[in-house]
Amino acid sequence: MAKIPVQFMLNGAEKAEFIDSGTTLLNALRDKIGDTSPKGGCHQGTCGACSVIIDGELRLSCLTLAETCNGAAITTTSGLSQGGVLHPLQRAFLDAFATQCGFCTPGMLMAAKVLLDHTPDPSRDEVVEALSGNICRCTGYEPIIQAVLTAARSNSQNAA
Amino acid sequence: MELRKSYFADQRTDDLHEIGQPRPRSDSPGHVTGKTAYFADRNFPGMLHLKMVRSPHHHARIRSIDTSEAQKHPGVVKILTAKDVPHNVYTILILIQIGPEDETVLADGKVRWKGEAVVAVLAETERAAQEAAAKVKVDYEVLPAVFDMEEALKPSAPVVNEYHGRNYYLYDSGECRKVRFGDVEAGFAGADHVLEQTYQSSPIEHAPTETTGCIVAPEGNDRFTCYTNTQAMFFTLDNASIILQMPGNRLHFVGGTVGGGFGGKVDVIVEPIAILGAKLTGRPVSFIYSREEEMQISSPRAAEKVVIKDGVMKDGRIVARKVTGYTDAGAYSRHSPYGAQKGAGHYPGPYTIPNVWIDTYCVYTNRTPSSAMRGFGVTIGDFALEVQMDKLARLIGMDPLEFRFINAYRDGDIKAHRQPTEGAALIECMQEASRAANWPVAEKFMAISSYAKGA
Ligand code: FES
Ligand code: FES
Repeated sequence: MAKIPVQFMLNGAEKAEFIDSGTTLLNALRDKIGDTSPKGGCHQGTCGACSVIIDGELRLSCLTLAETCNGAAITTTSGLSQGGVLHPLQRAFLDAFATQCGFCTPGMLMAAKVLLDHTPDPSRDEVVEALSGNICRCTGYEPIIQAVLTAARSNSQNAA
Repeated sequence: MELRKSYFADQRTDDLHEIGQPRPRSDSPGHVTGKTAYFADRNFPGMLHLKMVRSPHHHARIRSIDTSEAQKHPGVVKILTAKDVPHNVYTILILIQIGPEDETVLADGKVRWKGEAVVAVLAETERAAQEAAAKVKVDYEVLPAVFDMEEALKPSAPVVNEYHGRNYYLYDSGECRKVRFGDVEAGFAGADHVLEQTYQSSPIEHAPTETTGCIVAPEGNDRFTCYTNTQAMFFTLDNASIILQMPGNRLHFVGGTVGGGFGGKVDVIVEPIAILGAKLTGRPVSFIYSREEEMQISSPRAAEKVVIKDGVMKDGRIVARKVTGYTDAGAYSRHSPYGAQKGAGHYPGPYTIPNVWIDTYCVYTNRTPSSAMRGFGVTIGDFALEVQMDKLARLIGMDPLEFRFINAYRDGDIKAHRQPTEGAALIECMQEASRAANWPVAEKFMAISSYAKGA
């Protein structure tokens, strides 16, 4: 099968690959580029584990064709910490026991990051709404919601 | 959280340093940075993908299997049927001498539930494996099926599993696991009230976010490394060794990181066939359940039916309890004979009852095989028991918490299965619950302890 070239920025670094037409971004990231931080929980757009940020917007990488990402800027959980320093959301997830098995965590972090990028001081309802596309079977959600609210507060303190 | 030191004060020699303190989980830093390695995060050059051809029928004889068209599909490398599996008929609890072997790795002559694995297709890509699987032709003769436990126990019911020859598990105690203690009929005869109720539950799927699967890599030295999300590493290794007739020292299992399990990943389902595929092709093999397979194929918690009959006195004492429990194993045993047996020991609940009669049945039906899930064998039973306790309290006009204090077991009480109670803490838990929930009970109940009656 003829391969298609794709090229995009992943967590600030240039990436280029030849892929089969129809390859999902999730499979391209995991199997070709080697970033396994997005997880495949359903491959059909229902669990949110594969969530990534494409040009500032939250996207399900299992429903995004890699070939449509040419020239895009993509962020995944593996790019969240900078220079070994955890992002406030990562810190808050650690402190609030917002991870158990951890399989939903990368997707949750992506959804939470997009929320805080757009809405730095969200209400609890806004957090719940922002995470509504992400399934967690372990934590019961409450610690995750608390972690996002905590991260928002620590962000605004840093800004002040 | 406050930990009250008045409870079991004589056993509390020191301050507790860890309990009640938040301590970071050792695996969280990996989770929040995306560095935790789940089994599917491994990728090997030349890896094949395995897809199963599954039974569309609940119960059918297999007349023939034709893989010729599938074999020709571009990308197909190997197709496996029952005859390729060295020891095809197995049962996981054989490791603790609970037989007979009653389940096939790949169906041989018959399918007993809708979704049963019949043919395994290994191909260069997932898509090629899926497309080729659709080209496998299986000729079935559909047989009558049974889905209800009471129907299955009738003599006229079709036999689900010939390895048992009857639709229930035969314990050494007979058709069910039995507990006999005191004289239950005399207890009912002397009771002020008798209440019999039936409780039922449906199968429950664990639905972990990470689906069941494994990746197997053949090593150069004729060993196989199996990256898996099993919740039962050595149990799976030993069963794989039996199924593959391969010494355990040729199998290297890597795991322990599970993306949610809840008991749903203790069956030995994906590993043996993936290792066999790797052995016969010499290539790495990935076998990962789709979300649909996780929901439809992986074993759920068993459906249960519990009939509880209690004799109770006006003063609150339960004087007799008779329980008949049914566990729907589905078509194969897996962990269900053990679950049903656990129920037998558990049904008196944390209460001291002088006359007890318990029968628990492990029943075979043409439903998806059930297995372990969080306290299987006792969780549904506890639901039934505690609802029953509330109903009994209402029947005699007593506060439900006080009713439980009256019947709570204490150290030294002999349980129905003849074990003395040790380390009981139900009374103390209920005292604390009474305070925390602001549900006051009579002062005398706040003064008693689990140590001894009358204390
Ligand atoms: S894997 Fe994309 S939503 Fe589940
Ligand atoms: S932590 Fe396991 S699914 Fe969320």
